[in-house]
Amino acid sequence: MTENVGRHVSADASETLILSAIAETTPPPEPRPAEPRPAVGRHASGRSATGRWRPPPVAADYQPDAPRSRPPAATEYQTARYEPAAARPPEPAAARPPEPGGYGSRNGHGPLAPHNGHDRAVREPMPAPQPAMPAPRPAAARRRPGGRQLRLVWVYPDLLSTYGDRGNLLVLTRRAQLRGLEVAAVEVNSDQRVPQDGDIYLLGGGEDLPQILAAARLRADGGLLGAAERGAVVFAVCAGYQLIGRQFGGVEGEPVTGLGILDVTSGRGERRGVGEIVADVDPALGVPRLTGFENHQGVTHIGPAARPLARVALGVGNGDGTEGAYAGGVLGTYLHGPALARNPGLADLLLSWAAGPLQPLPAGDEDWARRLREERLAATSS
Amino acid sequence: MSKLPLRARLATSIGGAAGRVSRLTGRGDGSVIGGVLGLRVEPDLLRLLAVDRQIVLVTGTNGKTTTTRLICAALGALGQDVASNAFGANMEAGLASALGRAPDAPYAVLETDERYLPAVIKATRPRVVVLLNLSRDQMDRAAEIWMTARRWRQALAEAEGCIVVANADDPLVAWAASLAPRVTWVAAGQRWHEDSWCCPECGSHLRRDELGWRCGECRFARPPTRWVLSNDAVIDEAGQIHDLILALPGRANRSNAVVALAVAAYFGATVDQALPRLREVRSVAGRYTQVQRHDRTVRLLLAKNPAGWLEAFDVLGPPPVPVLLSVNAQVPDGKDTSWLWDVDYRLLRGRRVLVAGERRLDLAVRLEADEVDFELVDGIDDAISRVPAGELDVIANYTAFQQIRAILGRTD
Repeated sequence: MTENVGRHVSADASETLILSAIAETTPPPEPRPAEPRPAVGRHASGRSATGRWRPPPVAADYQPDAPRSRPPAATEYQTARYEPAAARPPEPAAARPPEPGGYGSRNGHGPLAPHNGHDRAVREPMPAPQPAMPAPRPAAARRRPGGRQLRLVWVYPDLLSTYGDRGNLLVLTRRAQLRGLEVAAVEVNSDQRVPQDGDIYLLGGGEDLPQILAAARLRADGGLLGAAERGAVVFAVCAGYQLIGRQFGGVEGEPVTGLGILDVTSGRGERRGVGEIVADVDPALGVPRLTGFENHQGVTHIGPAARPLARVALGVGNGDGTEGAYAGGVLGTYLHGPALARNPGLADLLLSWAAGPLQPLPAGDEDWARRLREERLAATSS
Repeated sequence: MSKLPLRARLATSIGGAAGRVSRLTGRGDGSVIGGVLGLRVEPDLLRLLAVDRQIVLVTGTNGKTTTTRLICAALGALGQDVASNAFGANMEAGLASALGRAPDAPYAVLETDERYLPAVIKATRPRVVVLLNLSRDQMDRAAEIWMTARRWRQALAEAEGCIVVANADDPLVAWAASLAPRVTWVAAGQRWHEDSWCCPECGSHLRRDELGWRCGECRFARPPTRWVLSNDAVIDEAGQIHDLILALPGRANRSNAVVALAVAAYFGATVDQALPRLREVRSVAGRYTQVQRHDRTVRLLLAKNPAGWLEAFDVLGPPPVPVLLSVNAQVPDGKDTSWLWDVDYRLLRGRRVLVAGERRLDLAVRLEADEVDFELVDGIDDAISRVPAGELDVIANYTAFQQIRAILGRTD
């Protein structure tokens, strides 16, 4: 038995989870979810799985504020307080047998084959392009009904987690908890169903092949698409940013169809952009200057139904002087990995989209992040 | 040496002189400059110096330097000279310099940078190539590790007359070695799974159980092994069990030792001959060194990437031994500190943690998120002055480690 502390689970739990995370073989008409791993801890929320739930068609004027009467999805969320790995009891390895069936059509060799960029089996993803730029969604419009958990969904950490992407989940969790919000977080591997009832979905960075695979599986799964249609907040980084767009560049730069939940189109640039990035955020969002690290070869064009997140002061970003993009509650950026650690203002923007206006944190809780920001901004301005 | 062409001999002697100057003037250990100058005189120097020698190349993300040292120690049982780049200078210049310094050594054990392996295989025509592991490391320089695995795979498929000693427990390594004509598979273990959740062959999920790993969809699976690390014992290719007791701490070093024993056996050194020599290795290029300073016993651990930190945590002294963490982000470290978020620092809760290095604020934010109490310090001496007499463990990444070694006095 080997253990896997990096995944933040105990040795035995890790093995169990791997067993549970077994790839599936044939595409059934109704894929069933394997059980997602607890993202950060194992105190079950007490919420029990109560069967499958399908979201109703989303009306054009759907208000996420409306009271929700639907049952919870067949996903067990975990509260975000985690315990050191050693303190956890092991789970019996046989508890979660592999499930038959699966998502996407995979034929043993070459996950690329069925998804060659001409795959039209894409759900109609975007609203029709609007004549004018969409206004940023007012924070209050997304206020959660009182007393409910804030549900964070980390999408496909097995495929999209190259640069410390867990950081964004940890930062969101911490900053929400410091506001007294109860946080439930879940990690969903690429052989598991993506729940549709999350509040904030996180997608990280990845290499070319995992990125293409992730896009194909997310399309087939439909959970993230459904959540985005419903108005959930989506925060996507680097490869994740590209794949939630309409199209991105594959291994040889060939076009690959994205999820289309953000009106951006990416391709492969001439050279790799690697280094510190500084960018000034769209004033409409009220977020201070971004500081981060980028490492990508993508160039991204923003369509009429999205707005640039920021203007690049240092670095490459989208490649045209802008950096990232957003529309409604969907936000993508080339600031990779733990982007929110250096940009707590951006973390709070996402939280406020999902949970309504936030109280400022006491200075003591902001101190280290503030000092890190100042240091990085000073280091890049010299 | 005498068989070398004139220009290569000239190149070697100029390089050797430069290396001696470098050491005498205290500019460095001389392991790179000599090679750089020599290659300028004779660009083909590495190939020429490797002719007619038994060359072993050692590569992987973690454990290269230690394993190189252990193989050298094991080959000592053969009673012949062994050339080696013992100080981790693992690109072409460092290798040429190591061979040039020991022109008559019939054996050479050369730590080789992951990215340079294909070129070095071509130049040196090795008898053995050792593949230890492959995981995320310095992503701002290395781009993508799957790409590295592909390059290894191609180079090894074309390497004639060479045997690959590879860790079967690392799926990326197994894939990289799977086209090689001859492979000795070693069950050396794998703690870090984050870069091998998916099949390198087809991208599907890998299944893992006590028997190893296999792809759920294609036929790719862990190959059967000839050498096995089993807790504190090694099972050799004849099925004999030997207690594996080393001076070097931790599971990662037992894993390195099994690989070294497999290489030594290929050259005719038995486990019984080699094992006592492995036990004599106490520190490697400053790693695991214990330094006495003001009633404190400071122990130095190098950890450059998430997998390395996992192994370093494994060998920390038991609480309440305090630990100093020091992180830089210079070019040799990788300029991107994102990887700190791939390390699970919760294991340090309840322990006194001191934080130093050029990127200590990155560490501070990281530890805060994991609810680990810590105190910022100004460096190794400040840390020493704050902890009580007794032990202090230090985990540092590459340049931070070198800085601390310089302050404590270069020890090996």
